[in-house]
Amino acid sequence: MATMPASASDLLKSFKLKTKQQELLIRVSILCLVYILAFITRLFSVLRYESMIHEFDPYFNYRTTLYLTENGFYDFWNWFDYESWYPLGRIVGGTLYPGLMVTAVLIYRILRFLRFAVHIREVCVLTAPFFASNTTLVAYFFGKEIWDSGAGLVAAILIAVCPGYISRSVAGSYDNEGVAIFALLFTFYVFVKAVNTGSLAWSLASAFGYFYMVSAWGGYVFIINLIPLYVLVLLITGRYSMRLYVAYNCMYILGMLLAMQIRFVGFQHVQSGEHMAAMGVFFLMQVFYFLDWVKHMLSDTKLFQAFLRITVTSAVAVGGIALGLGMVSGYISPWTGRFYSLLDPTYAKDHIPIIASVSEHQPTAWSSFMFDFHILLFLFPAGLYFCFKRLSDATIFIVMYGLTSMYFAGVMVRLILVATPAVCLISAIAVSTTVKNLTVLLRSKNKVVQTGSTKGSGGSKSSSKALLDQSQPFQKNGAIALLFGAFYLLSRYATHCTWVTSEAYSSPSIVLAARGAHGNRVIFDDYREAYFWLRQNTPQDAKVMSWWDYGYQITAMGNRTVIVDNNTWNNTHIATVGRAMSSYEDEAIEIIRSLDVDYVLVVFGGVTGYSSDDINKFLWMVRIGGGVFPVIKEPDYLVNGEYRVDKGAAPKMLNCLMYKLCYYRFGEMMTEYGKPPGYDRARGVEIGNKDVKLEHLEEAFTTSNWIVRIYRVKPANNRWWLNRYKFG
Amino acid sequence: MEAPIRAREALGFILFSLLFSICRSSSLNHLLISNAERRIDLSSHIVKVYLTLKVENAGSTPTSEVFLSFPPTQVDHLATVEALVTKGKRKKTTLVRLDVKPTELPDAPNDAKYFAIYLENPLKSGESTTLEVLYLLTHSQEPFPAEIAQSESQLVYYRDSALILSPYHIKQQTTFIKTPSTKVESFTRVEPSNRAGTEIKYGPYEDHPPYSFSPILIHFENNSPFAVVEELVREVEISHWGNLQVTEQYTLVHAGARHKGVFSRVDFQSRPTLNGASSLRYLLARLPPRVHSVYYRDEIGNISSSHLRTDSRKSELEIEPRYPLFGGWKATFVIGYGLPLQDFLFETSDDRRYLNFTFGCPLLETVVDKLTIKVVLPEGSKDPSAVVPFPVEQHLETKYSYLDVVGRTVVVMEKKNLVPTHNSHFQVYYTFKPIFMLAEPLMLASAFFLFFVACVAYLHIDLSIRK
Repeated sequence: MATMPASASDLLKSFKLKTKQQELLIRVSILCLVYILAFITRLFSVLRYESMIHEFDPYFNYRTTLYLTENGFYDFWNWFDYESWYPLGRIVGGTLYPGLMVTAVLIYRILRFLRFAVHIREVCVLTAPFFASNTTLVAYFFGKEIWDSGAGLVAAILIAVCPGYISRSVAGSYDNEGVAIFALLFTFYVFVKAVNTGSLAWSLASAFGYFYMVSAWGGYVFIINLIPLYVLVLLITGRYSMRLYVAYNCMYILGMLLAMQIRFVGFQHVQSGEHMAAMGVFFLMQVFYFLDWVKHMLSDTKLFQAFLRITVTSAVAVGGIALGLGMVSGYISPWTGRFYSLLDPTYAKDHIPIIASVSEHQPTAWSSFMFDFHILLFLFPAGLYFCFKRLSDATIFIVMYGLTSMYFAGVMVRLILVATPAVCLISAIAVSTTVKNLTVLLRSKNKVVQTGSTKGSGGSKSSSKALLDQSQPFQKNGAIALLFGAFYLLSRYATHCTWVTSEAYSSPSIVLAARGAHGNRVIFDDYREAYFWLRQNTPQDAKVMSWWDYGYQITAMGNRTVIVDNNTWNNTHIATVGRAMSSYEDEAIEIIRSLDVDYVLVVFGGVTGYSSDDINKFLWMVRIGGGVFPVIKEPDYLVNGEYRVDKGAAPKMLNCLMYKLCYYRFGEMMTEYGKPPGYDRARGVEIGNKDVKLEHLEEAFTTSNWIVRIYRVKPANNRWWLNRYKFG
Repeated sequence: MEAPIRAREALGFILFSLLFSICRSSSLNHLLISNAERRIDLSSHIVKVYLTLKVENAGSTPTSEVFLSFPPTQVDHLATVEALVTKGKRKKTTLVRLDVKPTELPDAPNDAKYFAIYLENPLKSGESTTLEVLYLLTHSQEPFPAEIAQSESQLVYYRDSALILSPYHIKQQTTFIKTPSTKVESFTRVEPSNRAGTEIKYGPYEDHPPYSFSPILIHFENNSPFAVVEELVREVEISHWGNLQVTEQYTLVHAGARHKGVFSRVDFQSRPTLNGASSLRYLLARLPPRVHSVYYRDEIGNISSSHLRTDSRKSELEIEPRYPLFGGWKATFVIGYGLPLQDFLFETSDDRRYLNFTFGCPLLETVVDKLTIKVVLPEGSKDPSAVVPFPVEQHLETKYSYLDVVGRTVVVMEKKNLVPTHNSHFQVYYTFKPIFMLAEPLMLASAFFLFFVACVAYLHIDLSIRK
């Protein structure tokens, strides 16, 4: 009996972990917690609303994913979609990035194989949070690669809850960006790893990472330009090495060949101006290698100088001539409008209204930086400072990634997303280094001299530092205060992120929620009401005309053919719809008939006060329509440069089709107590034209809160029998 | 134009049947009906007919079968036929349900179809008995005009005969027809007939030979929504962990007069009584008590307009479709709910288990054109057999759910043309060993165990080639 306690304590001792094992355990458990946190913080929308797909583009992705699950990959690849862009149609397989759908279907198949009877919708809804969790792991390894494991952990925590990333990866936000940020960060991490090690395996991995990125999102152009830029900077700063040569060449060649397998990208890597920088750097690399070899062979410096001059001039000349010839012959396409608008933020506003009309393409306001990054915005410069202090191949990369992506984030709101991983990583370096330094100070206790000597890099410095340490009496208290300050800031960050996620980024925007008079939650489910009505109660082949924003939703939820949708590939077609909406009814009916439209759908917020409706978007329709058809002139719809819908509105405005469709019989409607009938709550005015008469269209359906209104196109007078045939 | 033709047809029919009945075999004519009263209730779109027959045996041999006959057009819409007989003298009367089965008679005139009522005791010569017959007809009110605008009310035709079609001689008969409102556009007069309020009375008619027929047509207002579930698939999944999960997929259609022209929300909202009077705004589903985790959704997500009221005896789920259903409009949706298993699953004495659940559709006042009930038994259950009070088509399927290896046996039952009276209980018997309940948790546990073992092994094994 007496021996028992002894053996028990032995057993306990054998379970006791060594410091290194303890550290590993803590690290793994922190990572697991971060992994779970990143997932569950994105589930607000599922808890608040339901497991549903959000917004606009995700509905297209969902529809294609459904198609892929039902018909298999080959049918998906060759899918010609008759339901959109009537009468043109759309070659879906060749005009999308299939990475997202293939990923979701793969996850679905695996789960099915493991006998989890899930629906594809649930997989789609949870794809983005799942990949966000994976991104935290990549962020950890990336941080570890460029700094140390502490910075990696902090980076993982920061990116797990960063609003800039959450905005595009909440549950239900089934969009390309959801997986693309993972692919982007993974490619960068593996590439940096390849540069650091010079390993062929890692560069191969980065080529595959790049391939996945190309298959998932058009933002791959950022990678194919940033990496050559980085290589160029390394070359200029004299950091050329064999490791870099191996990493870049392998990644570029293989990545390019793999990327060509994606139909939507095709031969762009050798034909498009946006990809030429990578090719130029590739050839430059060969020249560098060649020169290095020649330098090695030639012992005479003077001779080498002469050779260098000749080679560089001829290489540049050949490159320039090739580029010039390619441009002139049209083999190399010039930069696209989107690319121009990135370099010149005012370009889109003047030349491509369709890009400028999208709210997420607007230049970023300061407040949204603050909203999306919070304290990271201040930590970012601090992190840059630390990076510059400890310059290496890896830190140069993260600095360049941070700076370029910050610039792009300033140009377009949606590109904050691309900047987020860089900002998180660089801020993590700042946080980790600061906290580390402070804790080292705290832990030093009385052995100040010893700590100084162990910490100081040079032996000569240590004594002076120790002296310095002793000379500051409140140093320790100051360190404690600073540490608390840092933790306070970080906890504020966590609170802010959770608040932003719950308040701003978790709304599906299909279902609208508002507070009722008694503080209860009121749900406006009008979109789905209208789409479901279309799906059930219109002929199977009915064509629906609406502004392009709702195209994806109508095809996915309403299952009906649309004229234009969110894949804004044909500007003229969209302009035609814009023209129809901004013409008088009898002119519009000609366009509507020529497009073979059966139903016209408008979104109207006058009853509920929903502000992103078609009346508020109307000026864009006029602009886009007027861009192609000069008969439509923007000033006709304005009064002294002011956009109004009340009595003082422009006569053309009061009688155009969009106005009529939105306000048809609205003049009889009492919307608010104490206001005259026909009071528009979204714009806060009484409407100017209460006596709206429709001649060629008739009201087919209006949802319970009037948000969506659908009109049926009456057949022409001499074709009354068509009505019977179609609807009877 | 139509009426005279109909009259002539009817006349021909009567003559024909008279002729026919004279030369009929004598197997039927020893019975006669001394008094018949028929009440036809047209207040909803399901036509309810109550028939009280006083049957007398005028022949010499006792008989235990009484035949009912229906014209072929009615038989297609006939959902159910029930017969009751009153027992006991005076105050102490009880109603006893009798067996009713469709039968064929060799020489049916004009394809008339028959149902036989089997009496408990044979009716001896000279005796008489009173039978109460209830039958329901679906899809028997034809909207006319077939298309109406939003503000119009729905008018329908109902066709029947003023005289009861019967293989027996009827001495005296009366028919009362109840319409939903006093608004009756027209009705065929067969003297003596008159209308008072919401009731139209035909008769009394004296001494009509077998197979007498006199077509009538009633045109009246019926604004009750014609809620028809074209297809309903109910899936009942048994989990021996204590839950019964029910999923019901509906394809609902408003089978009344088709909606024509515009749908104006302004009118619909501001004058709800005048506009869309026949539209289907909400439905009431009666669910079993102690129901939990109820959901109501469709292909594109949750539908937020539903209310659940529960008390100890029943639960009522009020559901609104996404949009009001006008004539010809459709809606599909899914209702799902969980129920405590002990309320529905029982054990027999010979160690078998059986599920006791209601057949039919929980929605009130709806017709179901086609119902499929799938009872998903737990994995590993054997020898399933179903007991249903009326004939249904049956077959077996296999379904794979979470972590299933061999799949679950599914008992599938199909029936067409259902009305709310079909909501009676059915039983599915099967054998199940409780040990199978542990299969799935054990599988999960072993999968996690293997995963951890793999992790431990990976951490302790050095896989590098270089040393």
